[in-house]
Amino acid sequence: MGPLFEFRDVSLRKQATTVLDHVTVDLPGEGITVVIGASGAGKSSLLRCCNRLEVPTDGVVAFRGVDVATMPPLEHRRRVAMVFQAPTPFPGTVLANLRAVETELSRDVATALLERVGLAPALLDRSADALSGGEAQRMVVARALTTSPEVLLADEATSALDAGATTRLEGLARSLADDGMPVIWVTHDLLQVQRLADHLVVMRLGRVLWCGDAASTDAADAIDLALHGSER
Amino acid sequence: MDENVIGWGGLAASLVFVVVAVVVTGRQQLGLERSILASVARSLVQMAVVGTALVPIVDPDTPLLWSWAWVGAIVVFASVVTARRAPAVPGLIWLALAANALVGGLGLSIIFGLGIFDLEGRTLVPVAGMVIGNSMKAAVVGAARVAESVADHRPEIEAGLALGMTPRAASRRLVRSALRTAISPQVEQTAALGIAFLPGAMTGLILAGVDPLDAVATQLALMYVILASVVIAATTTALGTLARLTTDDARILPLERTA
Repeated sequence: MGPLFEFRDVSLRKQATTVLDHVTVDLPGEGITVVIGASGAGKSSLLRCCNRLEVPTDGVVAFRGVDVATMPPLEHRRRVAMVFQAPTPFPGTVLANLRAVETELSRDVATALLERVGLAPALLDRSADALSGGEAQRMVVARALTTSPEVLLADEATSALDAGATTRLEGLARSLADDGMPVIWVTHDLLQVQRLADHLVVMRLGRVLWCGDAASTDAADAIDLALHGSER
Repeated sequence: MDENVIGWGGLAASLVFVVVAVVVTGRQQLGLERSILASVARSLVQMAVVGTALVPIVDPDTPLLWSWAWVGAIVVFASVVTARRAPAVPGLIWLALAANALVGGLGLSIIFGLGIFDLEGRTLVPVAGMVIGNSMKAAVVGAARVAESVADHRPEIEAGLALGMTPRAASRRLVRSALRTAISPQVEQTAALGIAFLPGAMTGLILAGVDPLDAVATQLALMYVILASVVIAATTTALGTLARLTTDDARILPLERTA
């Protein structure tokens, strides 16, 4: 199986800042790939390039072998779901949230999606604003699944959650990956790497320091350098 | 009709109320006294210049072209004011020019096309001022609120974009809120017409000796045209602002948060 995403010499500059610096990396199409790095390493920008919320200044990002820049952006985003740091429920009920894009989504499918993310179907008619942080983030995952995406991108998706909610969301990510949906998970939390990662991308100052199997003995040194290394 | 013109003595007497305003704000320690005096002085100078410039323009012997030129200046001025209120929006001046020209063209076509007023310099300039001036206020609020909302609610909009929504769909709630804020004052003013609010045109016509019912009919027609113009200007500017803050491939331009 070929890589899900291919980054080829990708750079992203914002004003005078180089956010991604000649990144070349493959993101595999199975399991959970954790992207780890300190704040400002460029990991969120890498993820946003996958969803085309950012467009590289130079280089090519390909999805299943096709240059993302040549694909209709809205269609591409429906194939590449993304959740963010803070839960982003839209106003209205949980059902209205699930119908935000798929307006004809049946109640049965909505119920099944809630159950898929570990939420009670009884929440369907509750205001999305009334959900707890953890419930809201799982509802956001359910909402992202309504378009039947081929991958889930999670940008520090547990950073606003307590320990219990974090555990449940990590369990959901593992469950999705085991069912065949690859997950790309951005974090700066070393313990989360140990709990989740099948594959690892280590970033520092806009560059990929190391990538490969998370069980590799080289991974620990790269993470140590990325999180605690001296400034370039 | 001359007995209804207050003259310079009357104008000087009205300044007594400025003194009242200064005394009240001074006693409340609002620190607005100098601002009040400056705004009064500025309004005196501006209105004197405008009044003097209008005398030859609205003269029946002056070609109507000069009045149209004045209307053009109103459109440009209103557009500059709109663009200044939301400087982060690229090219807003052109959008505002288009919106103001659109509502000016539509409003004046209706008012003069339906014969509410005869097309003369002395009617064209003030009517254009009323239509475009009121539309400008709504356009300013519409543009500024949309720009602020996009900057402050970026996560909500990007959550929608990431799902594959169009920028307009992802921002719909915010644009609706901006439009309500922009349009509501005019709706309320229309609803309060004749009770809490006696508008200028009607008051002026009655003071000038026109039959009150004729004055009311004229004012109503004007208000309805202004209401439609306000809605068109606010909607055009708000949606145009959103379009200018998003890219062709459905991303949001970088904006500084306002709050």
